[in-house]
Amino acid sequence: MQVKTIIIENRQGYSCNPLDAVKIKAEDVNFFYGKHHVLKGISLEILSNKVTAIIGPSGCGKSTFIRLFNRMYELVPNTILTGRIYLDNMDILGPCVDPTGIRRRIGMVFQKPNPFPKSIFKNISYGLEVNGIKNKGFIEERVVESLKKAALWDEVKDRLYDSALKLSGGQQQRLCIARCLAVRPEVILFDEPCASLDPISTRKIEELILELRKDYTIVVVTHNMQQAARISDYTGFFLLGELIEYDKTEVIFKAPKDKRTEDYITGRFG
Amino acid sequence: MKKDITEIIGFSFISLCMFVTILFLLTIIYFIGINGIKVISWKFLTQQPTNAMTGGGVAPAILGTLYLTLGAIIFSFPLGVICAIYLNEYTPKSYIMNIIRLSINNLAGVPSVVFGLFGLAVFVKYLGFGVSILSGSLTLGILVLPVIISASQEALMAVPHSLREASLALGATKWQTIKKIVLPSALPGILTGIILSIGRVAGETAPILFTAAAFYLKGYPKSIFSQVMALPYHIYALMTEGAHPEQQTAIAYGCALILLCLILFMSIVAIFIRHRQRSHYHAS
Repeated sequence: MQVKTIIIENRQGYSCNPLDAVKIKAEDVNFFYGKHHVLKGISLEILSNKVTAIIGPSGCGKSTFIRLFNRMYELVPNTILTGRIYLDNMDILGPCVDPTGIRRRIGMVFQKPNPFPKSIFKNISYGLEVNGIKNKGFIEERVVESLKKAALWDEVKDRLYDSALKLSGGQQQRLCIARCLAVRPEVILFDEPCASLDPISTRKIEELILELRKDYTIVVVTHNMQQAARISDYTGFFLLGELIEYDKTEVIFKAPKDKRTEDYITGRFG
Repeated sequence: MKKDITEIIGFSFISLCMFVTILFLLTIIYFIGINGIKVISWKFLTQQPTNAMTGGGVAPAILGTLYLTLGAIIFSFPLGVICAIYLNEYTPKSYIMNIIRLSINNLAGVPSVVFGLFGLAVFVKYLGFGVSILSGSLTLGILVLPVIISASQEALMAVPHSLREASLALGATKWQTIKKIVLPSALPGILTGIILSIGRVAGETAPILFTAAAFYLKGYPKSIFSQVMALPYHIYALMTEGAHPEQQTAIAYGCALILLCLILFMSIVAIFIRHRQRSHYHAS
């Protein structure tokens, strides 16, 4: 409770940048798949209403890292996690914390568009239904609102009851974003959201992410460095399970402090 | 040139094998059809047997087979699907799980007459259901459980992991995910398993031999505790007992034809349901 007050004071203190509050905080996180040490002592703070990009070569643990935030790592057996992760000062790894509650507050968009084999409408109303909302008018309103926010409304408004599988890859990914928005999360995790999309769809998703920053805290995992430079405020560079450097995006790309970061962003490896 | 010849020989051989297989199938259908059609008439389908099985119809046997099949499916469909959900969704992949899976697959290899004896001991004698539709249905149900479980498991496994993740990431619970996403996606595959088991159940003789079937009964079964006549057993009885082999053989072919058509009919119904389900699911 006390910490929360401090944050509010902080907001008042930095009036030019009032939302510089910590949304998610990881403290000395270690993660193992069996005996494989995937994440090594990661500590990092993700700021509210910012886009934070996590970059690094394949297999560096960046996707695994964001999957800790919404406790999706629990789906994989044989893992060990140490350290603490806080969402607004609540320890989300605590034994009494219900993961479904966390997942309502921290939404996720996956690498490959994964719409349900249902209608466009049903795809979006699903998240509301499983959360116990039955009021049809409310659901309808929220579906329309979410589709508009995800910049998909104009393309699908005449065929809401068609199968979502008939949409193009880029549209499907925006549908997945709309589906995520419908639940009104506070944080949205993007796990390489453009990895399977063409450049035009990628641009649309990137514009959308920048737009969403106003209302949400966003974490984007990407191995596309240009993308990180284009859309993020903060960037963390992961290498072999370690957080090498974490700073404002312009610092990481213009004046990285670590040699390895520089080598990676200048394309010497990766 | 030499390669071409090998190709031709190889392809001819493969075609021949295919042809022989189809030939067998067609011969069976033709043979049963040609012999069976002679006795098929409206009377044959709707009346009771008369004159010590040499006249009249086989309606009670048709009805009996329908009852037994239906009973077996009603029993084994929910049980099998729930088992498959348990095995596939709720149990971690461990050593013991592998043993359970292996046992279920082995259950499929147990001879049907052994199931018949089991049914006699447990349902007929121990539980006191007597020789009845209930005992026969339960025995047949156990017989096809492995088929239904493995088909359902395969169908569940075929549901992409990404759909489960999407559902869970929205804050759905595991059961909500299974009920609303996984099961609807797997249903067409599960129904395929049911189609397979219908064919299996309707044609089995040995499991109902001691548990349900009677050679001749006056009238139709009155409750699930009644004995029934059934087509496969009727064929067996006609060919092994009685004093008028010629007439009985003709009737047996008639029964065989009806049995084939019945299985075909039930499969078509199941395929129809599956198709409707599939299109409904993907388009609405």
